[in-house]
Amino acid sequence: MTRATRAAETTLRVAIAGNPNTGKTTLFNQLTGARGKVGNYPGVTVERHFAPLALEGHGTVELMDVPGTYSLSARSREEQLAIQAVAGLHPLERPDLVVCVVDSTQAVRNLYLVLQLIELGLPLVVALNMSDRLESTGQTLDARALEEQLGVPCVPIVAARGQGLVELKRAMARVLSEPARGRPGWRWEPGDPLLVADARTVARELPAEWIAGDADRARALALWALLSLDEGDELAGIPPGLRAVVARRRKLAEASKRNLDEEIIRGRYEWLDARAKLFLRESAARISLTDRVDRVLLHPALGFAIFLALMTVVFQALFAGADPLIGWIEQLFAWLGARTAALLPAGLLADLVENGLVAGVGSVLVFLPQILLLFLFLGILEDTGYMARVAYLMDRVMRVLGLHGRAFVPMLSGYACAVPAILATRTMERQRDRLLTMLVVPLMTCSARLPVYGLLIAAMVPVGGAGPFTQGLLLAGMYLFSTVVALAAAAVLGRTVLKGPRVPLLLEMPPYRVPHWPSVVHMMWEKSLVFVKEAGTVILVCTVAMWALLSFPRHPGNEALELLGAQAEAVQEAIEGGDPEAVVDEAERRVAAERLAQSFGGRLGHALEPVLAPLGFDWKIGIGLIGAFAAREVFVSTMAVVYGLGAGEEENEVALRERLLTETRADGSRLYTPLVCLALMVFFALSCQCMSTLAVVKRETGSWRWPSFLFAYMTVLAWVASFAVYQGGKWLGFE
Amino acid sequence: MVRLNDLADGQAGRLVSLDGDRAFRRRLMELGLLPGTPVRVVRRAEIGGVLELEVRRARLTVRTSEACLVFVQP
Repeated sequence: MTRATRAAETTLRVAIAGNPNTGKTTLFNQLTGARGKVGNYPGVTVERHFAPLALEGHGTVELMDVPGTYSLSARSREEQLAIQAVAGLHPLERPDLVVCVVDSTQAVRNLYLVLQLIELGLPLVVALNMSDRLESTGQTLDARALEEQLGVPCVPIVAARGQGLVELKRAMARVLSEPARGRPGWRWEPGDPLLVADARTVARELPAEWIAGDADRARALALWALLSLDEGDELAGIPPGLRAVVARRRKLAEASKRNLDEEIIRGRYEWLDARAKLFLRESAARISLTDRVDRVLLHPALGFAIFLALMTVVFQALFAGADPLIGWIEQLFAWLGARTAALLPAGLLADLVENGLVAGVGSVLVFLPQILLLFLFLGILEDTGYMARVAYLMDRVMRVLGLHGRAFVPMLSGYACAVPAILATRTMERQRDRLLTMLVVPLMTCSARLPVYGLLIAAMVPVGGAGPFTQGLLLAGMYLFSTVVALAAAAVLGRTVLKGPRVPLLLEMPPYRVPHWPSVVHMMWEKSLVFVKEAGTVILVCTVAMWALLSFPRHPGNEALELLGAQAEAVQEAIEGGDPEAVVDEAERRVAAERLAQSFGGRLGHALEPVLAPLGFDWKIGIGLIGAFAAREVFVSTMAVVYGLGAGEEENEVALRERLLTETRADGSRLYTPLVCLALMVFFALSCQCMSTLAVVKRETGSWRWPSFLFAYMTVLAWVASFAVYQGGKWLGFE
Repeated sequence: MVRLNDLADGQAGRLVSLDGDRAFRRRLMELGLLPGTPVRVVRRAEIGGVLELEVRRARLTVRTSEACLVFVQP
């Protein structure tokens, strides 16, 4: 046996559970610092955090979070994780201790979950968080009295300020040493003999490995099954026999006008309400600060105006604020690439290092400014409690489109860049809501499309006269077009591919709080790290692959061409006494253009021509589209190379604009007519010409299935729309 | 007995019964809104089509289309 496996067998596992908005994450970060790892729960894309924690007498234990939940009962796969994680149902392992975080100011409702955990017979410690806020809400909570009633250790803490953590850790260590201290046996028990019989019958159908020989646990899981299973649930790994018996008992109960859900839930709440006066003293609630703030922020007119202003700030920061940073990163990597290439002998290797590897790393890191900024804003919006208000303000609008209210911020950030926007879909609980948002965000006009639009609009509308105005109008039209298509796509996909049960909007509006800055920073860091490590490797590999596609094969003909160029140079020099450097440059640019045309990518462009011709595009545009797959703005520099103008320099872009105006087809007619430019812009608006988007969707969904679907549906949409624009335009007599 | 969205802003009542699909009823009950529990309408968002409620000191949001499935005694 290796040391690693022995250690894994002896490491104790501690799960942190609790209602949403109880400061679970804050407690997790306070206990463990920034040493956590992040993984996924098996089978679903819900993040799971792990971190080591030193506990006296137990060495290092492993702390892991359980998704925030009001109850263990479940309907979706995401909700099912809570019961799997705390009870250790397949495929998750059973924890040795559960810490349940409770919002002290809403004790009774939070204790509902605690009662369920006690029923399961799990060694338990209750952390009474936000105990400092009891006074301002006119309540006092007696932790000792509560401990007596529940029979498990209850420790008041203030996670955000680190108060009570020593006592909490001591209680955790004690229960780990003597699990009986945290396992008091049932508190509330189903009293009604009919319900007892229901539970007993259902318990007989539970798999043996769920029960693990524990009768209490069997009864608790039987109640869980009665409360969770029905025809409409999406739960996994439920034996058919269990489903059948639950359906039978529910039908029997209904026939005698009993409501099993209500009996179970009311039983627990009655137990809690009957004892609440023993540990909780309340005076009439005062008007809280949150209430006063909400009078403004949720005001029908003023609240909406403030919301729009806030979103403008977020958007502006993402769009313009990140720009200088992005520019620096790009310059840095261009410089680094040139420097490292200069150290190597000129040739293939230097080219690979400069344009493949270094450029690849740069193309990953270039996303970081926007990711960091977006997660800074998301952290603030979540931690302050404003995100729940966004859902409240926007629910109706988003619902018509089939989107979750929380999809608003990711959709908005899609105008800057789809990559951080897709990472931000994590703020939604349900996989279906996340997927739908991921599938439509890449349709929003991101900043990488702007250079392409700039080039094509310049080719369409001459400068001078009403030119700038028409150009602006066209650009605005492209934004409007992409927005309308994205919203329509959401409405269609949400009703077809991602059709799911309608979920009631039952959200909690948490009180406003000051953000816990270490947690916000921790999340920014963690998201960036995950992006660089997981999506970044895919992007790097794609960059190198793109480089190879456009550089190979190194045709022997090219060398002949180079020789020819050199000869031409010498001849020219001899005849005109002209500037030799300019002549060499010209020869090099021609070689580059020829090389690109001969490369695999170039041949692919040729091969694609029959597909592209109905859209009015030629094979050179085809090469540009292939190059743009690395990032949309690369279209501009690829086209510059295709036309033998050289890439990268500003003057080349001016030259490229002029070139587009004079480029002709084989029959001598103009290629870049306004109609072709428009069709090309529509193609760029709708196609998924972005490997980074696909890489990040792969990371977030855990398979290539959804990125493939995304690429396929957007490409088809783009082709059909461009076809309609070009052929329709021609039919109407435009050129 | 009236529907929850017939209550004026700030008006309170006691829950009588819940209608609608099982997931909705179960979720509301698990949040502590059971027959007999006091519930107050805090405010409503006309544009959002959402109601803000106070139940057991917690603030919950419910869609107006779902709030009409909740019956209360003012």
